[in-house]
Amino acid sequence: MAQLLSPGSLAPDFTLHVTPDQKLSLSELSGRPVILAFYPADWSPVCGDQMALYNEILSEFQKYGAELLGISVDGVWCHEEFAKDRHLHFPLLADFEPKGAVAKKYGAYRDGEGICERALFVIDKKGKIAWSYCSPVAVNPGADGILQALEELPK
Amino acid sequence: MAELKIAVSSKDHVQGDEHAPAVLVEYGDYQCPHCGHAYPIVKRVQKHFGKRLGFVFRNFPLNEIHPNAEAAAESAEFAGANGKFWEMHDGIFENQGSLSLPMLLELAKELGLSETDLGAALTSREFASRVKSDFIGGARSGVNGTPTFFINGERFDGPPDFEDLVAAIDELLAEKD
Repeated sequence: MAQLLSPGSLAPDFTLHVTPDQKLSLSELSGRPVILAFYPADWSPVCGDQMALYNEILSEFQKYGAELLGISVDGVWCHEEFAKDRHLHFPLLADFEPKGAVAKKYGAYRDGEGICERALFVIDKKGKIAWSYCSPVAVNPGADGILQALEELPK
Repeated sequence: MAELKIAVSSKDHVQGDEHAPAVLVEYGDYQCPHCGHAYPIVKRVQKHFGKRLGFVFRNFPLNEIHPNAEAAAESAEFAGANGKFWEMHDGIFENQGSLSLPMLLELAKELGLSETDLGAALTSREFASRVKSDFIGGARSGVNGTPTFFINGERFDGPPDFEDLVAAIDELLAEKD
């Protein structure tokens, strides 16, 4: 398992495609908490997969003013179809070119397999990592850790 | 290990004794095929352990992917408020393939409940807050899909098969003895 960036470190900035013609930078969200959810791949064949679950819990995250970003190495067109199919109401970022570059910066890349870890980061409004967690790749970590980390952020 | 944050209480729908040596809590979605698959398995597990096992069902509707899950959950809560929770719960899972609003109203009628009252409760969202509070408690406890089971407060991460559930509960009962 990769070594994730740990709490206290500054979250490295990045700019990734969020749709075929739009990009998003982490720094644009400064001033509010951000949840980064790295995940291995779109289209995992179960209902209530990790992204679908977070989609349902989105309103809870929003109570803390937090933005949720999903990140995988899938391309923008793949993300677009996946988000449409699952009715996702949060952005999926494509860590596609150079592949996995952002995941590598966060210590959330699986070299041999060429996919992201199932890794979670909660970043505070000043851009510092407040909490991070790496789940075994086959285990959906749920949202309890994220909710607790958001609750413990300084107001 | 994820743990149940909301303790089982008299507010829950419990089959058997809430203070039984083993208590199985399911967070489920009435439209989820995996929950439908688990439904008869849970029945078998309950039969296997008899009085030594209590069973609690809490709502975790995944509304974005299952458009009828919320109405089904609220209908079961409506039936619960009229003393027929488990009859409705069972009826929905046993007819999961035809889950729809007319089917929920029909089920209510078969159970001797008022279709008109159920329709009104669904329109006014009378039981929405109950369902939501189950959902949030589940999210905070680490529910990571449906169904998610907790055995005496600890999330069960194995496959929800008869053998695996029985083995996990056996292990826990052995610790208690």
